[in-house]
Amino acid sequence: MHRQKENIIKSLFFLNGLLVVIALLGIFLLLLFNALPTFKDVKFSEFIFRANWNPSAYLESSYGILSQVVSTLMVTIGSLIIAVPLGIGTAAYLSDVASPRVREIAKPIVEILAGIPSVVIGFLGIVLVGPLIAKATGNYSGLNALNGSVLLAVMSLPTIVSLSEDALGSVPKSYTEASLALGGNPWQTLIRVKIPAASSGILAATMLGMGRAIGETMTVLMATGNAPAMPKSFLEPVRTMTATIAIELGEVPYYTTHFHSLFAIGLVLFIFTFILNLVSDIILHRYEKRMRV
Amino acid sequence: MKYSPFSIKHLQQTFGFHFLRFCMGVVILILIVVFHDIFSKGFGIISWEFLTTAPRKGMTEGGIYPAIVGTFYVTVLTTIFSVPLGMGCAIYLNEYAPDSKLTRLIRMSIRNLSGVPSIVYGLFGVALFVELFNLGTCLLASGLTLGLMTLPWTITASEEALKSVPRSYREGSLALGATQWQSIRTNVLPYAVPGMLTGTILGLARAAGETAPILFTGAAFYLPFLPESLSDQFMALPYHLYIMSTQHHAIMQVRPIAYGTALVLIVLVFLLNLSAVVLRYQLRKRYRE
Amino acid sequence: MDQIKVQVKDFNFFYGQAQCLKNISLDIMTHEVTSIIGPSGCGKSTFLRCLNRMNDLIISTRTEGTILIDGTNIYEKDLDVVKLRKKVGMVFQKPNPFPKSIFENAAYGLKINGLKDKNLLAEKVEQSLKNAALWGEVKDRLNDNAFKLSGGQQQRLCVARALAIEPEVILMDEPASALDPIATAKLEELIVHLKERYTIVIVTHNMQQAARISDVTVFLMQGELVEHGKTSEIFTRPMKKVTEEYITGRFG
Repeated sequence: MHRQKENIIKSLFFLNGLLVVIALLGIFLLLLFNALPTFKDVKFSEFIFRANWNPSAYLESSYGILSQVVSTLMVTIGSLIIAVPLGIGTAAYLSDVASPRVREIAKPIVEILAGIPSVVIGFLGIVLVGPLIAKATGNYSGLNALNGSVLLAVMSLPTIVSLSEDALGSVPKSYTEASLALGGNPWQTLIRVKIPAASSGILAATMLGMGRAIGETMTVLMATGNAPAMPKSFLEPVRTMTATIAIELGEVPYYTTHFHSLFAIGLVLFIFTFILNLVSDIILHRYEKRMRV
Repeated sequence: MKYSPFSIKHLQQTFGFHFLRFCMGVVILILIVVFHDIFSKGFGIISWEFLTTAPRKGMTEGGIYPAIVGTFYVTVLTTIFSVPLGMGCAIYLNEYAPDSKLTRLIRMSIRNLSGVPSIVYGLFGVALFVELFNLGTCLLASGLTLGLMTLPWTITASEEALKSVPRSYREGSLALGATQWQSIRTNVLPYAVPGMLTGTILGLARAAGETAPILFTGAAFYLPFLPESLSDQFMALPYHLYIMSTQHHAIMQVRPIAYGTALVLIVLVFLLNLSAVVLRYQLRKRYRE
Repeated sequence: MDQIKVQVKDFNFFYGQAQCLKNISLDIMTHEVTSIIGPSGCGKSTFLRCLNRMNDLIISTRTEGTILIDGTNIYEKDLDVVKLRKKVGMVFQKPNPFPKSIFENAAYGLKINGLKDKNLLAEKVEQSLKNAALWGEVKDRLNDNAFKLSGGQQQRLCVARALAIEPEVILMDEPASALDPIATAKLEELIVHLKERYTIVIVTHNMQQAARISDVTVFLMQGELVEHGKTSEIFTRPMKKVTEEYITGRFG
């Protein structure tokens, strides 16, 4: 009797576990089904390789997302240029320089940073970073790719810091001791032994940070100016994939090509982040295996 | 051997460590700037009236009460959808799941779900809840969307908490002839729940600040009344901040309101975080006795 | 009176690729204390945990051969593990009381078996605490958390917890290894007393302990059963050289 009951309970929990697989698959399939009708009207190659995005043009609408992809990559890479050195530096400080007491205080500070809602960061992009950039460069409003990069850097910092710190922390003690015993000072040990040993963990952290930056919506929507054209420099306004969805989904009539094309952009985003997650997963898995030996 | 403070090796180290301190300093500075700006400019507008009345005169005056209530409602809904399912999934993974391909697939799905961009959750919410389930844009659709988005966080936090319960509790009760579920229910869950709750609250704090998933699933620009049922639209703090800072017709005039909204939002998120910490402390104390 | 309680036949145990127990055959008699000795890592704890199938909990383990308890193969396909574990109680190496009151600890097994009558519950808890020689020390503070007890008291509480559900066999996995000499003496006294009503199998790394309390001693090495027999004989006239070397402390 009780065995039947146990089996039923176990099956229920199993179904519950299966739910996440179904959810992920469901997201993918729903995006796909809603995206596919786009390509009845738009050629796939045009969608990917054309820079011009103008779905509501009077005469001939065009659906090219290239400029958005470039914009997304621009702000993302810009954010990484800022966040990766800063993040690794902070992680190294926390793991190698800070005293335990300082670490106790500093770690929550990084966590608090992670807790600030993205819309608040975006707001600060408008009221704080924008004017600063405008003043420094003579740019009109300061709402441009640079602004977005700075904000995204702030947003991906906590991820990069905490994962890099984990990676540095899991470098076996024997490595560092060997380096110190050979006469290396702590700095040399950090630069030549610990960081290289932790490099794949740090790389995985960077890719996760990148995934978050690519998918971030509100900050870029608010702070990058949203001009749907091919950007030429960091001081020009850009419009990312996420921002396009956020701006246009509210106004578009449902089940038109325009509506479906927004799902197609969502699908591209999904695939981007999926690949980044998968790759960072593989890197991390290999890294953990290696560190265990 | 003499210690030379001026050797190149030593200078490198001094310089290098100062660079690391500088990095930490920048991170702290960012936080200070963020908080200083929002507190100094937002504090002035906070009043009892601001917190308890609705916007007036085309949202150029009045308070943000409906947005606070809306955020509260949608967060409660998110909790209802996300927490039981998240805990159940964590229990399966930590207590029952064999080491199989399927289990690895489940774990991979969780990691990928947590990497899906929030705007994509918004699209999914529109396609599934608003359209396919025909719920329309409403509280329920937003709550479901946010619930799904927070699911991977709830699972991870709950599993963490389950892992911290010693194996000996499980073995001890199984050796006494407890069935597996009895062992989990009476001898694992009571000790894991505090950790589960804290982790979950941290996730919900993040959900409360999310904008993109509710943008098209139920959040409203302006509503003169509070939502009365699950099928009503609602105002929400993050969305209100977005509107007040980018979409309003008199942006500069309403900037103080935007600052006030940002302040309330940040304080709300940190109160949730704080309550998680306090709860953890309290429950730990209770279970130790 | 001397009947076979547990009969192990050609039993093998695998953990992943590694074989931890090799072709073990052994009879364990009722109302005797059987002690299992051997160098650490020889598989003695693994063997003990096979007797109530606690190893089921560990992923990627496999068994061959049979273990009969009262004539029933406990590795039979649709055997009820829960019933088996009620019949074969276990006390662990480190005292592992639950973070509940002393009373709740002793009552745990009864409660999960559906006993709700409060008077009966109190009666049985008292009886099992008395049987575990703990009653006198805790009768005035049954509602205290079990963690407030000393290590020796905690371990006797774990014995009481196991006794409460009236098992027939009690497995003990180095039960005194975390205890001081006085607590150990009390526990040993208890074990000798308990054998009147139960069949006891105890794993120990302490040779004197095995000599003091057990009727039969089993010597395991590298997963193989080297020798077993009456404790008095094993310790005075071991048949094999390794056994002699081990019990005289030349390795271990």
